[in-house]
Amino acid sequence: MPEHASKHEHTEVLIRLDKVRKTYALGKVMVQALRGVSLQVYRGEFVAIMGPSGSGKSTLMNTLGALDVPTGGKLYFEGKDLSKFSESELARLRGKKIGFIFQQFNLIPNLTAIENVALPMVFQGVPEKDRLARAKKLLVELGLEKRLNHRPMEMSGGEQQRVAIARAFANNPDVILADEPTGNLDSKTGKQIMSFLWELHLRENKTIIVVTHDPTIAGYAETLVNIRDGEIMHNHQASSQYLWPKARGVGKK
Amino acid sequence: MMFKEYLLFAVSSVRHRQRRSWLTILGIFIGIAAVVGLISVSQGLNNAVSAQFQMIGTDVITIIPGRIGAGMGIGSAPLVDKDVKVIEGVRGVDVVAPVLARMTKATFSGEDVYTYAMGVPPDKIDKVMFSTQGIHIIEGRITPPSEKYGAVIGYSVTDDLFKHDVHVGGKLEIAGKSFKVTGRLSRVGNRQDDTQIYIQLDTAREIFDEPTKISTLMVKVKESSDPEAVAKDIKDKLKKSRGEEDFTVMTAQQLQETVQSVLGIIQVVLIGIAAISLLVGGVGIMNTMYTSVQERTRQIGIMKAIGATNEDIQLIFMVESGLLGLIGGAIGCTLGILLALGVEYGAAQAGFSALKASVTPELILLALGFSFVVGILSGTLPARNAAKMNPVDALRYE
Repeated sequence: MPEHASKHEHTEVLIRLDKVRKTYALGKVMVQALRGVSLQVYRGEFVAIMGPSGSGKSTLMNTLGALDVPTGGKLYFEGKDLSKFSESELARLRGKKIGFIFQQFNLIPNLTAIENVALPMVFQGVPEKDRLARAKKLLVELGLEKRLNHRPMEMSGGEQQRVAIARAFANNPDVILADEPTGNLDSKTGKQIMSFLWELHLRENKTIIVVTHDPTIAGYAETLVNIRDGEIMHNHQASSQYLWPKARGVGKK
Repeated sequence: MMFKEYLLFAVSSVRHRQRRSWLTILGIFIGIAAVVGLISVSQGLNNAVSAQFQMIGTDVITIIPGRIGAGMGIGSAPLVDKDVKVIEGVRGVDVVAPVLARMTKATFSGEDVYTYAMGVPPDKIDKVMFSTQGIHIIEGRITPPSEKYGAVIGYSVTDDLFKHDVHVGGKLEIAGKSFKVTGRLSRVGNRQDDTQIYIQLDTAREIFDEPTKISTLMVKVKESSDPEAVAKDIKDKLKKSRGEEDFTVMTAQQLQETVQSVLGIIQVVLIGIAAISLLVGGVGIMNTMYTSVQERTRQIGIMKAIGATNEDIQLIFMVESGLLGLIGGAIGCTLGILLALGVEYGAAQAGFSALKASVTPELILLALGFSFVVGILSGTLPARNAAKMNPVDALRYE
């Protein structure tokens, strides 16, 4: 399988999967969700993982995010072998280095927007004053200055997903993992959400991994990973160079 | 994560599920209210009993026929005048007063009531019964020996026992005979004592047709003597004279101990029942927490994804259940105190004004601490379940 092209040669490998296998029991049947996946994600890269449902893309995503522990093979984060990490160490790694964005937004319903964004910082022991200041700054950047004290039920889907983006960035993580981030949104709001992610990627050079089956969304990515039946079919750069203008124009083709 | 944040998070979760939270808290506060109410009332009862005995004074010895614990008073020979003579011969005895007590019908202005008439020799009544109980004549005087049909009424005979105002100088009918009220006593604090009517022993023997029988012998010990030693001497002498020990000699202290041990047993039983309801409340918290954990499975997954460790999750749920317990405890304490004050008020209405509910800071702290611990313990298992959840499965949970 061809490796990434030369542009990453001097770039640090952030996450590396080495022949990762994942098997889980679905009732009495054992399902092989990942069948020996090897993959490298570079720092600062925008990666799209594509594949039909049941292809193992969510499992791949959870594995990359250190939420799921592989049944076989190795997972390295910043060169560290995560199989040697305890549950608590994995939790701390997720809290500090990884930001998650989910299809269902997954905000805590009884917390306000600002409290939701501050929550990951609570787990990291950030003092209250700093937490609230950072949460507010992120929400304002995402255009939610009027929604700071609203609960998720009082916000639209797009607003909720923006809160979720702010939450994912709360601890200034190394990588953002987004699982179908626009799946529950209309195409206009979805495009808006993607452009927020894209801007944050550009401005802060954040590594972003998006799982999607929507080719429009995948169009933002610099690297496309196609997965089918638990195996990577294609792993290629979307283009020989960064195509930000293309990404921006993808909505109108 | 710091404790303050756990607490705020718990407050917010509890408020988010208001109805269920209240129902859970209800389960706890009923138990705590019962415990606080029962303990403060029974402690108050204990205090009241102690106070009453304190009033009697430690220098009074009571002798009743029969033996406590062995068919008390049943079939045993009554106390008679000869026994009075025997006791008067004991060293250290100051005064011996034979008392004939009878439940009888009393009539005033056509109103019939039933109460105790106490026949006591008029020359001994103050020394043995009134001054030792800390009561005195507040109106009129003690019936002089010359006034055969004179009566001293307890504080509550007027306005309470009778609906009418029974005033000193008025006429009262006891067992069909007309008596003149010569005096009224100050308040003792319990209705039975305060509704008694005191008449002369000889008159009582006549109207009740009991020429020799004595219900109780009241003995006042000389100030220089030890009541316990005198009581022992009385017992020995009386046993020799009567041929067998078919009577009971009790000092005020022994009497107090007997009554208080009975009260103690009642207290333990009541608190035991209340503790069971508290246990049920704890099961309620556990049930709510299990449901809450299940309902929030997805939330647990989210929190794990954004960096919560297993310990964080465990603590979040335990603080929440502890909070439920603590709120229940606080409400329970308030209700328990109100309950106790209600009982106190009711007792006062019924004439037992000596009962004062005893609500101590220790009791409140203990109740709050206990409810918190019940909450924490009930939350431990559900919280452990929550902490052990696999984040991926939890996130997938619908």
